[in-house]
Amino acid sequence: MATLTYRDALNQALREEMQRDPNVFLMGEEVGVYQGAYKVSRGLLEEFGPMRVVDTPIAELGFAGVGVGAAMAGLRPVIEFMTWNFAVLALDQIVNSAAKLLYESGGQVPIPIVFRGPNGAALQLAAQHSQAWDAWLSHIPGLKVVAPATPADAKGLLKAAIRDNNPVLVLEGEMLYNVKGEVPDGEHVVPIGQADLKRPGRDVTLVCHSKTVAVALKAAEQLAGREGVSAEVLDLRSLRPLDEAAIVASVAHTNRAVVVEEGWPHAGIGAQVVDVIQREAFDHLDAPVLRVTQADVPMPYNKQLERLAKPSPDRVVAAVRRVLYLD
Amino acid sequence: MATSVYMEALSPTMEEGRVVKWHKRDGDPVKAGETLAEVETDKAVMDLVARADGVLRQVAAAEGQTVPVGSVVAVIAAPGEAVGAAPAPAPPPRPAPTPEARERGAVPVGSPVASPTAAADATRVKASPLARRMAREAGVDLKLVTGSGPGGRVVRKDLESARAMPLPVAPPSEPAPAPRPPVVVTQAGAGYADVPLTQIRKTIAKRLATSLGPVPHFFLTTEVDMERAGEARDALNQSLGERGRVSFNDIILKATALALVQHRACNAWFQDDHIRYWDDVHLGMAVAVEDGLITPVIRNADRKSLAELGKAAKELADKARSRRLQPNEYTGSTFSVSNLGMFDIDEFTAVINPPEAGIIAVGSIGQKATVVGGLVTPRRRMRITMSCDHRVIDGATGAAFLRTLKQMLENPLAMLL
Amino acid sequence: MATATVRTASTSALSELERRMLRQMLLIRRFEEKAAEAYALGKIGGFCHLYIGQEAVAVGSLAALRDDDYVISSYREHGQALARGIAPNAVMAELFGKATGCSKGKGGSMHLFDAAKRFLGGHGIVGGHIPLAAGIGFAIRYKGGDQVCICYFGEAAVNIGAFHEALNMASVYKLPVIFCCENNRYGMGTAFERVAAVTDVVEHACSYDMAAELVNGMDVLAVYEATRRAADRARKGGHPTLLEVRTYRYMGHSMSDPLHGVYRTKEEVEEQRKRDPISQLALKLREGGVLDQAGLDALDAEVREEAEQAVRFADQSPDPDPAELLTHVLAD
Repeated sequence: MATLTYRDALNQALREEMQRDPNVFLMGEEVGVYQGAYKVSRGLLEEFGPMRVVDTPIAELGFAGVGVGAAMAGLRPVIEFMTWNFAVLALDQIVNSAAKLLYESGGQVPIPIVFRGPNGAALQLAAQHSQAWDAWLSHIPGLKVVAPATPADAKGLLKAAIRDNNPVLVLEGEMLYNVKGEVPDGEHVVPIGQADLKRPGRDVTLVCHSKTVAVALKAAEQLAGREGVSAEVLDLRSLRPLDEAAIVASVAHTNRAVVVEEGWPHAGIGAQVVDVIQREAFDHLDAPVLRVTQADVPMPYNKQLERLAKPSPDRVVAAVRRVLYLD
Repeated sequence: MATSVYMEALSPTMEEGRVVKWHKRDGDPVKAGETLAEVETDKAVMDLVARADGVLRQVAAAEGQTVPVGSVVAVIAAPGEAVGAAPAPAPPPRPAPTPEARERGAVPVGSPVASPTAAADATRVKASPLARRMAREAGVDLKLVTGSGPGGRVVRKDLESARAMPLPVAPPSEPAPAPRPPVVVTQAGAGYADVPLTQIRKTIAKRLATSLGPVPHFFLTTEVDMERAGEARDALNQSLGERGRVSFNDIILKATALALVQHRACNAWFQDDHIRYWDDVHLGMAVAVEDGLITPVIRNADRKSLAELGKAAKELADKARSRRLQPNEYTGSTFSVSNLGMFDIDEFTAVINPPEAGIIAVGSIGQKATVVGGLVTPRRRMRITMSCDHRVIDGATGAAFLRTLKQMLENPLAMLL
Repeated sequence: MATATVRTASTSALSELERRMLRQMLLIRRFEEKAAEAYALGKIGGFCHLYIGQEAVAVGSLAALRDDDYVISSYREHGQALARGIAPNAVMAELFGKATGCSKGKGGSMHLFDAAKRFLGGHGIVGGHIPLAAGIGFAIRYKGGDQVCICYFGEAAVNIGAFHEALNMASVYKLPVIFCCENNRYGMGTAFERVAAVTDVVEHACSYDMAAELVNGMDVLAVYEATRRAADRARKGGHPTLLEVRTYRYMGHSMSDPLHGVYRTKEEVEEQRKRDPISQLALKLREGGVLDQAGLDALDAEVREEAEQAVRFADQSPDPDPAELLTHVLAD
């Protein structure tokens, strides 16, 4: 067990999987010579050569399609988007090619491909570079979507994604790349579709994923200290498939829930989680489920405004107080 | 945007209400929460309050007029807002879904879905799904639980704190015959008088019809020597002095509650497919009011001291007579007492108050020649007749309870045991 | 298909190739006519884009390729599927949406697949599959194979970004891909010259430093020869080629369009029919004494029966089991 950054945990996963399977290759903008826009691919070009660590033109649609085509012909591509904001240009290949080919071919053409990159806001990158695509991407049957919050989960989920025979989208976080944590050495694969209880509690469930796990944990800390409230933090880890059983089990235990996500409120991941709760845990609910999301606006550049737009521990605490009828 | 003022359902069973008095007149400014009018429900006179700030307009129900729940009786307009001259047409009378159907959110066919602000929601209990489930499992009537959540929502905490005080599943009805003849309004020149049923009379009529008919009654009568109870009352009142008075009725209530603790088989409800035996005693006490009767409930009567019990009985009776009882003060009794002693009735039978399984009818206390120790002496005597629901109470069961009650009254010190 | 022997073919070998190509073109023609009939009878639903008039492109190009090469196409791909050797029964059953279809009834006219024959679709978004072809070429190169991937698309797809991104990457990475543009002059009802600044598609190859050829798409042998040259180039050095094959569709854009429409005249269609690739090849074979009229009639009767048999097969085939709704969303 080593202490690694999230970035290096991803790097380790890539390296180990490329060593393990010669059909795995990495493709994207700046992944090779530049060593990765966020240095996730550091050292890989040197180890695996330019055929397996492929720099591309700035052409998201083109190289996403090249990745899908390579998967159609038997390779296991890992396609890096410099950020998911740019992947919107490649959405046709993700949605119309990667997600559909198995079904419309009647099961003849599996697409074992990983699309990965940082998702959501970082710091003061303004509207076009600060978007969480979780809900958009999770809407599509034929895709799997994971969003690790810790270095260990980053490694384990990326390894699982590369070994999966389906298109798997890995949503990373620019703000998470420097986060450190213990990462199991070698064979550490986190099954896709399993949520993880990051903190057990009694009074309320905080459902979260990716960057909002840290937000929820901080809120839980505050709640325990100031309010004497015991909050349970459930990290979804996978957005599709969603671990409905874990959500229901936790809410059945606490009777209250607040869903925290980085995306916008309208038709967001939280809306899906709330659907699960009202459908499967209705009789366990003691209060309406509340959501904490990004403000329903394009992300502003100004630092103060940006802070206001993002989900924060304070907003989570306020929502928890409401579901506990403390206000 | 003008807000409609609806005739609201101010009691759990109210289907129409009579406007007793308007506190505000057309054109008066009103604030949300202010009393607009007094409304006589089937149980009491309640306040109809404003749900918005503005100016009262288009008062469409005159004092004395009875209108169905859900009817628009006025509107509250924003200051300066022009509203039409004619009152808005009242919606059709709200269908009266069974409480059960309402619980399940069933919408009667042909009836528009009630908007959140509609008066139809006034009787809907707001409760979290968890609270509903807990109430269902514990057999608790959510209507009787005070919700601490937003808008009075009943939440888990409320159910947990109510655990010490079990609450009935459904509001019981009034027992016993009317203590007074109805006020007859004689029509000049006619050989008869048609008297419109008041709200309370309508409810009495409806509820009592569900008792004696469907409930298989039988009756047990015993005569009780009240000499020593009288001595005890006098002694207590002497020692209380200015601090209060204990009445025979208080002693009867206390003895009944304690006897019920010993005879739980009589402290029960008949519930279609099961019998619910209550742990605590919530004693219904029939109170004659003008033009009817009502049965306020003394909660945990078995655990109250005689003085507390007497105080509660007096307060409830006063409230009942002034028609100011809140719904939770006249629902949920486990057994009832009807006392017509003050009307010089020797003995009578009372009608059971479903789902309760029993009621005692208490007659007047009078001097009777009694054989005591072989001598004929005058003693204060009183007759009690118990009405039993045979589905719950058998003859011997009822008789055993009655014997305990008699012993306690004849030897009040036994109540201390 | 043994291309190496054909290149140094004797006259008789060439005749045999031409005879085979004539039969394939005829089969496609008769198959599409039956498909049009079935569509009119409501047996085929949705969109159905017929290939009548363009038969020489699919037949000539695929005759020049090997069985282990890859084929990928747009939504006007019935002809390529048949020329690739997918059984007419399986193709027609797919158009009918039947369980016996080559995509199990889940793809339909626009999504014909046969992975065993390396026929990888049938893609419905204009230009969307061109980068996929580059990816297949990438995989070939990655594995060190000498296969090629041929990618069919219409001239209207040239205006979309995916075309340019894919051609650029194919050239940069030296991918063994033949980009075969079937220029039938109309994108739905819009004449190419009305919406394209550069109307000779081959010229786009200059932008990507790519080999290119302009080909007469009504001459099956010309298509065959051009494809063979492109395949050689790809196999030897991994170089891609852009082929612009000038062809013509006699039918509407899809079955929901009129035959001529308002965007072209009946006379224009009649004029083009005089260059019909099947008639031209039949004439050549007759004049060369390879096939007499009786032989031609017999060939035609044979493929007509094959097309009719395909309709009977499709008609009699079962619908997919309702449980199929939920299968193949994800692979195991």
